[in-house]
Amino acid sequence: MRQILFVILGTILVENFVLTKFLGICPFLGVSKKMDSALGMSGAVVFVMTFASAVTWVVNEYVLVKFGLEYLQTIAFILVIASLVQFVELILKRFIKPLYNSLGIYLPLITTNCAVLGVALLNIQNSFSFGMAVLYGFSAGLSFMFALILFSGIREKLETCNVAKSFKGLPIALVTAAFIALSFMGFQGMFAF
Amino acid sequence: MLQSILTAIAAIGIIGLLFGVALSIASKVFAVKTDPKIEEVRGVLPGANCGACGYAGCDQYAEAVAKGDALITLCTVGGQKVINDLSVVMCVEAEETTRQVARVLCRGTFEKTEKEYAYTGIKTCTAVNAMYNGDSSCSFGCLGLGDCVNACEYNAINISEGVAFIVEQNCVACKKCVAACPKNIIVMVPVTARVTVACRNTDLGKKVMDACKVGCIACKKCEKACQFDAIKVNNGLAVIDYDKCTNCEDCVKVCPTKTINIFVQ
Repeated sequence: MRQILFVILGTILVENFVLTKFLGICPFLGVSKKMDSALGMSGAVVFVMTFASAVTWVVNEYVLVKFGLEYLQTIAFILVIASLVQFVELILKRFIKPLYNSLGIYLPLITTNCAVLGVALLNIQNSFSFGMAVLYGFSAGLSFMFALILFSGIREKLETCNVAKSFKGLPIALVTAAFIALSFMGFQGMFAF
Repeated sequence: MLQSILTAIAAIGIIGLLFGVALSIASKVFAVKTDPKIEEVRGVLPGANCGACGYAGCDQYAEAVAKGDALITLCTVGGQKVINDLSVVMCVEAEETTRQVARVLCRGTFEKTEKEYAYTGIKTCTAVNAMYNGDSSCSFGCLGLGDCVNACEYNAINISEGVAFIVEQNCVACKKCVAACPKNIIVMVPVTARVTVACRNTDLGKKVMDACKVGCIACKKCEKACQFDAIKVNNGLAVIDYDKCTNCEDCVKVCPTKTINIFVQ
């Protein structure tokens, strides 16, 4: 139990995928304008990351390692992730149409979200067990969600601020992102799992 | 060697096949019923995804048209043909519309204007405009670095002698250049409008003359010459009301700076 908590907290705060590892920056900037779509997007990412971790672990262990094809990891994992994203898209389109519309192009772009591929590859690199891999995938998704919620909360506030003309829009967002990332350095080395 | 290649192909192939089958089953299970009319409308639209209709793309516009939320006349790329086709699909009457084209309201070429400073930075109008409103002596005129050309997907804009001009037969009125121009000198006009006040300079008299040899000095001669009350000098600039203009060219004849001219291709 203690271990599980450590993994989740460690991934969210110490080794945050977006703010410390700098993975998945594209949706971090692209979908963080509104809290609603940020929540939807990160929900989809949590789902994809958790299941991608599980499926890629199985694919790696029982197909790639068995036949000595570890060098195909990247392409095999991308295949898994792409299929999962398609699946999520189908489900969203059917059940939550407004969310599907507001996510727009960013939903299929989860396929190329390097955080998802990153978590799949890190699972293998750290030689996690199956349970650990799924947990790590889930908490990686949570860390993405955490970063996105933080950022979109600030960006919604920024909309009403009187920002200097040359900093309006993306520049001030990038400055904000840099400050959040800097402040996350404070968690560095607090605990490891 | 051959065996390892074959195992690799087989392994990835089988994984791919499994996912493919699973996805196709899922797409049947989770299929969403869509209005067949949307497909029909979408088939008629040109598929340029330019956004001139005000929707994100052709798909969204098709959805709105099929629902009856949007007018069928909004697609500027397709013009009259698409309106006619849409009227058949949607069973409503087609309206006659005049084709709109973009026009650049500036003729301040290199010989008509001067450079205030030598600009060597990034070659976009937006960048040079950030430096003291651009390097041209006229701070209202065309900067000639082609932000509009880059925005245009139809090869309808060329730059010659530092001023952009529109190739009207290529223009589809998607308004991307209007949005791209930092000087706001590109406007939409009906294609029938030939007489153009090719200036956006709101300064008066001498100040304009110093900046550009073909600038509007707001002398109001055109306003007096016009028999149809179609041209008005407002805020230091002559503006033509194309609902009233008959292309009679009276204003062209009296304009002392040759700012008003006949637009020819």
